[in-house]
Amino acid sequence: MRDRTGRPALTKPASTLGPIHEQLERARRHHAPVDRGMMAEVVRAVLTTMSGDLSATETSLLHEVEALGRAISAAKQEIASLRVADIKQRDIPFATDELDAIVRHTADATHAILESCEMLDAVAATVAADAGAKLQDAVTKIYEACSFQDITGQRITKVVATLKVIEAKVARMVTTFGAHGGTIDIPAADHVPIADELLNGPQLPSNAMDQSDIDKLLASLG
Amino acid sequence: MPIDRSMNVLIVDDYKTMLRIIRNLLKQIEFNNVEEASDGTEALSKLRSGHYGLVISDWNMAPMTGLQLLQEVRADVRLRQIPFIMITAESKTENVVAAKQAGVSNYIVKPFNAETLKGKIEKVLGHA
Repeated sequence: MRDRTGRPALTKPASTLGPIHEQLERARRHHAPVDRGMMAEVVRAVLTTMSGDLSATETSLLHEVEALGRAISAAKQEIASLRVADIKQRDIPFATDELDAIVRHTADATHAILESCEMLDAVAATVAADAGAKLQDAVTKIYEACSFQDITGQRITKVVATLKVIEAKVARMVTTFGAHGGTIDIPAADHVPIADELLNGPQLPSNAMDQSDIDKLLASLG
Repeated sequence: MPIDRSMNVLIVDDYKTMLRIIRNLLKQIEFNNVEEASDGTEALSKLRSGHYGLVISDWNMAPMTGLQLLQEVRADVRLRQIPFIMITAESKTENVVAAKQAGVSNYIVKPFNAETLKGKIEKVLGHA
């Protein structure tokens, strides 16, 4: 007998399918989801009963499928072993609290620096013109350097948003694979909503346009 | 004609540090009448109740962003002529294009230096 492609059809006497039927019947009687072990057993039984009919390529392909099944099974176990509750309730809040503390401390330090600069600025106005100019020049450079606090603050905000996305994705992945008995709260959206899609924040130096690039772009826009 | 440095300048940023830095840099170039707002909504309210000759605004703020503030300013018959400089860490082409389309007078990318700020202010006030 040949199939529609002209190749010999894969037929087997009903008696050789017995082990498969028995496995399926056993699974039905238990009324429980088929576990990984039983699934592997069924696949092995199928491969065994078909071995006489398949070419070397087809057998190899089926073995690859079986190996793929095992790999998926192993991945599921690994994902199931992730302690999502810890990630959500301890790790992410810890990381975000630490980052918030960095922003607070750098802001406090920057304000202290700025206060001193303002004092120096006032002094610059009372000293000889030459010395005053030098003093003010130095103070200006400190003002410029202090803008780092704004940039680092924005970068840290981006990192916190990314952590929240990772948290949501891990929770979703674990739920998809049926782990932890549904004890995970899944956020409604898997990304942190932003008010304006154009808010990209500071770019890494390798990706960012500098002021001269922006001036050229503005000029080209008329 | 020299620049009128007695004009009111409104600076808008949600980072107090940045407001303080810009205020001090403006003071160094003799702009002493500087007022602050921490987001677009507060800025718009101040602009509608006062008289300002220049707005210097950040982009990334909530609830109203700098871009939305710019759009509101340009849509308001009484405010639309005010020069508006965006100072922001947003440095992608799409940001610059969007700001330009909304009518920005000039665009400064953070981190910036005092010379750039001074140069852009002089340019938008017509004394480049």
